[in-house]
Amino acid sequence: MTAAALAPEHPAAAPPECPDGAVPEPPAAPVPRLVEQFERGLAAPICLTWELTYACNLACVHCLSSSGRRDPRELTTAECRAVIDTLERMQVFYVNIGGGEPTVRPDFWALVDYATAHHVGVKFSTNGIKIGPGVARRLAASDYVDVQISLDGATAEVNDAVRGAGSYATAVRAMANLRAAGFEGFKLSVVVTRHNVSQLDELKALADSHGAQLRLTRLRPSGRGADSWPELHPAAGQQRQLYDWLVAHGEQVLTGDSFFHLAPYGGALPGLNLCGAGRVVCLIDPVGDVYACPFAIHEEFLAGSVRQPGGFQAVWRDSELFAELRRPQSGGACRSCQFFDSCRGGCMAAKFFTGLPLDGPDPECVRGFGAAALQSADHAAAPRPSLDHSHRGPARGQAAGPVPVTIGPRPAARPARGCDESPLAGLLPAGAH
Amino acid sequence: MSTNPGGPGGSAPRGDIAPSPRFDLDRPWRIDDRVAVRPEPFGALLYHFGTRRLSFLKNATVLTVVRSLAEHPSARAACAAAGVGTATLPAYERALATLAESQMIRERPVP
Repeated sequence: MTAAALAPEHPAAAPPECPDGAVPEPPAAPVPRLVEQFERGLAAPICLTWELTYACNLACVHCLSSSGRRDPRELTTAECRAVIDTLERMQVFYVNIGGGEPTVRPDFWALVDYATAHHVGVKFSTNGIKIGPGVARRLAASDYVDVQISLDGATAEVNDAVRGAGSYATAVRAMANLRAAGFEGFKLSVVVTRHNVSQLDELKALADSHGAQLRLTRLRPSGRGADSWPELHPAAGQQRQLYDWLVAHGEQVLTGDSFFHLAPYGGALPGLNLCGAGRVVCLIDPVGDVYACPFAIHEEFLAGSVRQPGGFQAVWRDSELFAELRRPQSGGACRSCQFFDSCRGGCMAAKFFTGLPLDGPDPECVRGFGAAALQSADHAAAPRPSLDHSHRGPARGQAAGPVPVTIGPRPAARPARGCDESPLAGLLPAGAH
Repeated sequence: MSTNPGGPGGSAPRGDIAPSPRFDLDRPWRIDDRVAVRPEPFGALLYHFGTRRLSFLKNATVLTVVRSLAEHPSARAACAAAGVGTATLPAYERALATLAESQMIRERPVP
């Protein structure tokens, strides 16, 4: 079905995307009432991202969560187990674990085991630092664990400029270990930038050669990305190139439903095309705070804390912020655009952190309205990310001072991760009606 | 745009909405052991831990059918017990075929 079909009933859909909705088939049928249901929220999230720590061995210039240093208030092992117990009760099928670099938490593997033993599947994002041969064999043995290796370039030159010196080698070594252990179908997750958009074929070949699946996501101006986005986000002509590449590769590549703001170029990409924030998606951060989406770590999108009475379940069900996000949205300035039904006004977080009004065009609006709005926006007044756990000095293993690169202002590392998961990937419709 | 997680009537992936030839309404079926079922206001979400795929059940009746498959000698009997009439049976058959194709349900041995 087409978004167009939804429009009359859903004027204004929501804020922007998040769920990785690689829905396989091109819809054919009538209006999916399901999407309406999704917009009103579900009994539990489909796509829950849980960032376990702000600690990270890297310092990627576009890190969504401005990670680097552990926060002393991070959830304890016992508190994490209690969260998992809640997720089991709510029947959250799986959780997308990230960070920071989650594997540097000493209790990481124990928590993964605890989650899978309690029927909560785990997909975790990592820069690969801890994925040695032994760990890879262990991961390959579990049906309930999936792995996503973050890499932002098909060459060390392009990747390391964003993620830090040596990070390409680390990721590729991890992929080789997973491959050797027989782990089929892990994910190679790439944030599309101005510098790697011309390497999509090579990135896909890299994934293919390791028995992995390529996942591409959109660069957001969140966290440290607020500073690096202007130089890193794909230029206008590259957006078109990206769109054409995605159309050509369709369902072979996951996208996290990242790119529906590009739909006006010619039609829908596979995906749910729904901003899942607070509806089917949310984020639990390392200190237990619950945000509407992983790209929106800001007090304005803070729904509550798992440490509150009632825990995560109460936040998901009762948060006023989530209730608001689940109400029909107005399309604002975009409502009269002929493409509104396909792009839905773009990404809430992208607008928020670039200082654009939430009911106006996305900063990467393919018609150029976003670029025009950015020209006149007051950049100094754009909201700043609320938290910053960045390393104060060089990240471990990184040279002091900026890495000599052409791209980012900082040494690199850490994945921009979102609802990394593709909760809707492979979504199979079934149902009689 | 699009998005459609599944049209009513269980549109199968890739637009194939014909019942899988391997799905037989008269055989006994059950939910796969690695599938979790979560009731939702619109019906239910299914998740297969092995294939890591999600699926939707779009109303309460199909949920009842799926949940009771193991208690009936055939899928047809499960449908009948859930009150599915002749007119709507084909839609349920398509939905079940889609679920069979994605391994959410599997045939169980005849006792």
